[in-house]
Amino acid sequence: MVKYVGKRIIYMFITMFLIATATFFLMQTLPGSPISSYNKLNDNQKAIVEKKYGIDKPKPVQYAIYMKNLAKGDLGTSFAFKGKSVNDLLASRIKPSFILGAQAMVFGTIIGILLGMIAALKQNTFWDYGSTFFAILGISIPSFVFATLLQYFVASQWHLLPVGLWNDGWKSSILPSIALAMGPLALSARFIRTEMIEVMGSDYITLAKAKGANGFEIAFKHAFRNALIPLITVLGPVAAGLVTGSLVVEQIFAIPGIGEQFVSSIMVNDFATIMGTTLFFSAFLIVVIFIVDILYGVIDPRIRLSGGKA
Amino acid sequence: MSKILQVKDLELSFHTFAGEVKAIRGVNFDLNKGETLAIVGESGSGKSVTTKSIMRLLPESSSEFKNGEILFDGKDLTKLPEREMQKIRGKDISMIFQDPMTSLNPTMTIGKQIMEPILKHQKVSKAKARKVAIELLNMVGIPNAENRYKMYPHQFSGGQRQRIVIATALACNPQILIADEPTTALDVTIQAQILELMKDIQKKIDTSIIFITHDLGVVANVADRVAVMYGGMIVEIGTVDEIFYNPQHPYTWGLLSSMPSMDVNEEKLYAIPGTPPDLLNPPKGDAFALRSEYALKIDMEQPPPFFRVSDTHYAATWLLHPQAPQVEPPSGIIERMRTFPGSRYYEATGGRA
Repeated sequence: MVKYVGKRIIYMFITMFLIATATFFLMQTLPGSPISSYNKLNDNQKAIVEKKYGIDKPKPVQYAIYMKNLAKGDLGTSFAFKGKSVNDLLASRIKPSFILGAQAMVFGTIIGILLGMIAALKQNTFWDYGSTFFAILGISIPSFVFATLLQYFVASQWHLLPVGLWNDGWKSSILPSIALAMGPLALSARFIRTEMIEVMGSDYITLAKAKGANGFEIAFKHAFRNALIPLITVLGPVAAGLVTGSLVVEQIFAIPGIGEQFVSSIMVNDFATIMGTTLFFSAFLIVVIFIVDILYGVIDPRIRLSGGKA
Repeated sequence: MSKILQVKDLELSFHTFAGEVKAIRGVNFDLNKGETLAIVGESGSGKSVTTKSIMRLLPESSSEFKNGEILFDGKDLTKLPEREMQKIRGKDISMIFQDPMTSLNPTMTIGKQIMEPILKHQKVSKAKARKVAIELLNMVGIPNAENRYKMYPHQFSGGQRQRIVIATALACNPQILIADEPTTALDVTIQAQILELMKDIQKKIDTSIIFITHDLGVVANVADRVAVMYGGMIVEIGTVDEIFYNPQHPYTWGLLSSMPSMDVNEEKLYAIPGTPPDLLNPPKGDAFALRSEYALKIDMEQPPPFFRVSDTHYAATWLLHPQAPQVEPPSGIIERMRTFPGSRYYEATGGRA
C-alpha cells in the first residue's frame, strides 16, 4: 500500500509537470499579450512593463524561470491585479468554489443514488419513470439554464434566497450548489439504476434471497456496495465537471470564486493567473482521481491495492 | 417413510412479451424424509423452475402459479405471503446454485455470508453465530477456518467456494436442501469431492435433498429416486435402479442412450433428434412425440396419463397402455433391462419374460 501510494505520488508530479509545460506553450499561442490593452502607453513604457514582468525574455528562458518558481510553489505575479501574487489571488477565492463544489457533490450524489435505487427497486413503475425523467432533465438542461431558472423563481419571484453574490453566508451557496448538483445527481441516478438492476439479477442476490433475507437487506447489505463500484469510477471526472461547471455558475451568481477569476483572467491575457488556475484545477482533479482509486479498494476487496503487503 | 414435501399438479407460467410461456405444466412428486431425489432433464425442461418455485425465487412480476399446490409443513407454499416465505427460506429449505464463482457476494467476507442465515433465523449472539460458521467451514472441509473466515470469496478456489455455499445452505440445518446443478461448473475431480461431501452431510444431519442435474453419472452416484422431466412435466419417476435398469418412457431411453458408457464400444454417441418443445405453444399431446421414433397416433392428440409400473415407478407414456402395441426399446436399453428383476427382458435372451 505504501509503495503504491508513493508510486502514485511520483506519477502525480510527472502529470503536473506535463500539464504545466503544455499549458505554458499553448498559452503563448493566444492572440495578444497581457499589455496589449495598455493603449495609453508608448513603446518605451511598454518595454519597461514587459521587462518588469519578465515577458521580454525569450520564451524558453521564461519557461525555465516559471518552472523554477513553480517548483518552489510560487505561481508568479498577476498582470491584471496590480502586482498581487497569483498564490494570494487563488487563496482568497478557493473557499467559495470549494464550498460550492463540495456541497454540490455531496447533495448531488446522495440524492442521485437515492433516486437511482428507487428507480431500480421499483423498476418499470411510476417511481422509475419519474426518477428517469428527472435524471434526463438533469443531464440535458445545461447548468446555466437551470441556474437562471432558479434565480428567476426562487430568488427573484419568491424571494426565498439571495439572487447572487457571496454576502449571506450559507444562504448564498444554496442556489448555486443546487444548480451545480444537477449534473452529478443525474449521472449518479442513471449509473446506480443501471448497476442496481444488473446486480439484483446476479446469483449472489438470489442466494441472499434464498437465505431468507428481506428486500431491504438484499438492496442495502448485498446489492448497494456492489452497485457503487462503477459509480466511484465516474465520480472523479464528475468532480472535475463540477469545477469546470462552476466557471459558468459562478459567473451567473456573481460569486467570487476561482471559476469566475479564471474566465476574467483569460479575457485579459493574464498569463500568470491562467497558468495558476489551470494548475490548480489540474492538481485538484489529479488528487480526486487518486482518492477515487483508493476508495475503489475500500469498496471492492478484489482490487485491494497490491505492492508491499498484499 | 414420511413425506416432507408434496408437489401437486403444479402449473406455472411466465408472462413474456411473446406471450405466456407454460414452463411447468402439471408436476407431481413427493419428497420423503432423508432421501435424495434427483430431477433430470435437458435445458429448458423446467427442472430449475420447479425448484425455484418451491423456494418462490422466481420474479413475482413475471411468473404466476396457475394451478396446484406445494405442501410443506402443513402450509401451501404457493399461497404463503412473502414474509412467511422469508422465514422458511434458508431455515427449513435452503438452496445451492450452479455457479460457485458468482453465487457469493464479492464484497462481503465469507464469514459474514455464512452467518447471515444463522443471525436471521436463530436468536443467537454474533459470537455464537461466528462459532457455528467456523464449525460449518470445518465440516465442509475448508482448512484453517478460523483465519480464512475473514477472507473474501475471490481468495478461494471454485471448489472451495462451492463448499462455502454448501456451508451457508446448511447453516440452519434445513429439512430440505435444493441443489441446482451444484457440480456442473466444477471440474470432474472437484465434482466427485463435492458429491462425497453432500452425501456425508446428508448422513450427518438427515436432510432431504432435491438434486437437479443433467448429468446421469451424478444421478447414479447420489440419488435414491429419480424424476425425469421433459417439456415442463415429469415423464417418469422411480427409484434410481428402476430408472436406470427398467426405464419405460422413450425419452428416458433416449437420455440413457446418450450417456457415454465404458461397456459399449460404439463409435458414435447417441443424440436425441430434434429440439425441446416450444412452451409458448406447448404441443397438444405427448410433448416428446415429435422427437420420438416410438410415437403412437394417440401421442399427437392426447397427453398420456401416468401408468403404474410398480409402487414406486410411474411413467407417462401411452406405450404402457394395455392396448398399446409392444415396441422394442433400443438395444442398449434392453441390455440394461436384462439385469433388472421384474423387467420384461429379465433373464430372457431377447424374447419376452
